[in-house]
Amino acid sequence: MGLDTIGITYPTVPVQIGGGQAGQQPGPGLAFASTEALLAALELDKYEGQLVEELRLARRDPISDPSLWVMEEQVPVGFAEYAKNPVGNLVTWARRSSVWPLAFGLACCVFEMFSAALSRWDISRFGMEVFRASPRQADLIIISGTVTWKMAPVIKQVYDQMCEPKWVISMGSCANSGGPWASGYSTVPGVNRIIPVDVYVPGCPPRPDALLYGILMLHAKMKKEANRKRLPSVHV
Amino acid sequence: MTLRTDPVTINFGPHHPSTHGVFQMRITADGEVITNLEPVMGYLHRGCEKLSEGRTYTQVVPLTDRLDYLSPMSNNVACVLAAERLGDIPVPERAEYIRVIMAELQRLANHCAMTGFLLNDLGTFFTLFHYTMREREKILDLFEMTCGTRVTVSYMRPGGVLQDLPEEFLPRLRALLDEMPHRIDDYEALITQNEIVLARTKGVGVMSKELAIAAGCSGPMLRGSGVKWDIRKNDTYSIYDRFQFDIPVGTNGDVYDRYWVRIQEMRQSLRILEQAYRDIPQGEVRTRLPLFFRLPSGEAYGRIEAPKGELGFYLVSDGGIAPYRMHVRAPSFINLGVLRDLTVGYTVADAVITLGSVDIVLGEVDR
Amino acid sequence: MTLLLNADEVAPRLRDRYPDAVLEAKGSSLLVRRERLLEVARFLRDTEGLDFDYPCMVTAVDWWDYFDVVYYLNSLTRNHSLYLKTRAYGRELPAVPSLVEVWRGCDFQEREVYDLMGIRFEGHPNLKRILLWEGFEGHPLRKDFIG
Repeated sequence: MGLDTIGITYPTVPVQIGGGQAGQQPGPGLAFASTEALLAALELDKYEGQLVEELRLARRDPISDPSLWVMEEQVPVGFAEYAKNPVGNLVTWARRSSVWPLAFGLACCVFEMFSAALSRWDISRFGMEVFRASPRQADLIIISGTVTWKMAPVIKQVYDQMCEPKWVISMGSCANSGGPWASGYSTVPGVNRIIPVDVYVPGCPPRPDALLYGILMLHAKMKKEANRKRLPSVHV
Repeated sequence: MTLRTDPVTINFGPHHPSTHGVFQMRITADGEVITNLEPVMGYLHRGCEKLSEGRTYTQVVPLTDRLDYLSPMSNNVACVLAAERLGDIPVPERAEYIRVIMAELQRLANHCAMTGFLLNDLGTFFTLFHYTMREREKILDLFEMTCGTRVTVSYMRPGGVLQDLPEEFLPRLRALLDEMPHRIDDYEALITQNEIVLARTKGVGVMSKELAIAAGCSGPMLRGSGVKWDIRKNDTYSIYDRFQFDIPVGTNGDVYDRYWVRIQEMRQSLRILEQAYRDIPQGEVRTRLPLFFRLPSGEAYGRIEAPKGELGFYLVSDGGIAPYRMHVRAPSFINLGVLRDLTVGYTVADAVITLGSVDIVLGEVDR
Repeated sequence: MTLLLNADEVAPRLRDRYPDAVLEAKGSSLLVRRERLLEVARFLRDTEGLDFDYPCMVTAVDWWDYFDVVYYLNSLTRNHSLYLKTRAYGRELPAVPSLVEVWRGCDFQEREVYDLMGIRFEGHPNLKRILLWEGFEGHPLRKDFIG
């Protein structure tokens, strides 16, 4: 692979360090300090592109939803129900009262997620105001926004880095099924192609109250799971 | 004895709390000092331009909402402006006033969010953000009252706006206009003379005038560097020539100047809103067009001063009911071209603040 | 108001300097030969009276037989604007010269045009895909792209 395939005709100049003075003159758009750096970046792009293409070919079908549709009458209510499995319910109470979401916003829905987290539709009454930056510390990932194939390996990696037990809320039409962009060439038609989803919140974008209702449904699901062994996350 | 050092590659990956969306920066640093920065985008590329070729001019408007999702009203205005220029479609006067009111409210909402993000990037976790989002919520309530949704509004149509303002709109707008100057004073009290903000933002991310012009920057990026160029004054569209307002211009071209320009723009938006509130006439709000209307073949470029910069829609028509080609001139995408120049030689922490001051929204960068 | 210049006013000055450059001057669009594009761009930027210093927009349109590469230029000092167009022929490897060394702002926009339309810009220092991933087959914004 020669330099002419990527269109380089200029001699490259090393960048000087110091005070931000370098690069102030409006010269030609030299993007890299040396040819090696440019080729290294291209190799990195090709590697990432390869990951994307592999994922795209592997995921022709959505991952089947874990078969736990929450019906209101199946959620334990009342002391007698809870007493049937005291330890499980205690652990579940602790888990659902402090679900820590991952600060993961992709597109427009992220601002409705922020609005849900701020003082008007306070999410901290559910113990969830601590949005973690690192997936290792988070329980819940709210996919808010359009998922593209370029972003799909990243989402999968972030999901894999989260520790069990973990939950996924798919927020908005784009994450549910591709939304207004579903017929595009680079959109994943629903994030359930990439990771298994627990709760789907429809809307474009869903109001912050809708997201909070989805979170309440997730709590109901967690209560229901307390009395049975949680289905293992599909290892994808 | 010299110390042997190796460059460090830092990946500010697409998933990062400070990148304002899914945006990647590959940073090569010598210790803390950046020697090279490559921005990688496209993680939100959804094919807006291709999808618009299969939709009528009215159906394109909801697609444009999702471009710069912090200011959808402005996107809608730019899109319908291009269609109206191509087809010479008249717009009633009340609709023009409503468009100005919505655009300036959207500018306030956008700058509220971005000013909140400034202190986020500096490290105070959501402190000012709570206050500025409180104002943004009030503005979003006004939008919801008018068109039903808070964020993705799709309110503008070629030939006017979707529907008239409800009765409660103008009294609520009056209440907001009375309260807003005091709120902006509160934000300024927290930022403008704050010594930590000054120490961290003065002299950081400096952009010269020549670089700004040659690189095609627009909006507060350009005005922060001292170039007095605002589409509302220099290439007047709609009825902006009837309003009196100033264009704030910075001096040094650093991060602090860009934020100062945004705060002053908020004050000027309040001036425009006062005048629009006083002068808005009664009348129709929409020129009736057939359901599938055709525009004559040709090309047109409609641009507005969006909160992020110059947002333009280049529309090519072949006489059909759908655009032949629609290109979005996205300000955030073009402003990112200078990111490398603004950050090389500074530290990694400064790169975060500089990126914040460029004020990108990934929906627009990637389309 | 930004004056959208008539291409007929600009064309004579160009014809004096570069006789074979201008192919067509219709409305506000100046269509130039692609071999002369770089020189015409420098002329437009440096000439007193034209002073096009601001590259507002770079895009391309697919007209089946050829691609139109459109540069919308502005002058901030004089407050006028012009469309500069050139054509790229062929579906396999259409190519035009890159204007990155004339205006910095063309950098990312030319990469986007390469990515989505497949038009190569000769002389661009870093011509690779920007919005789609490396390994994506095809150029989506072409009219014959089947997604």
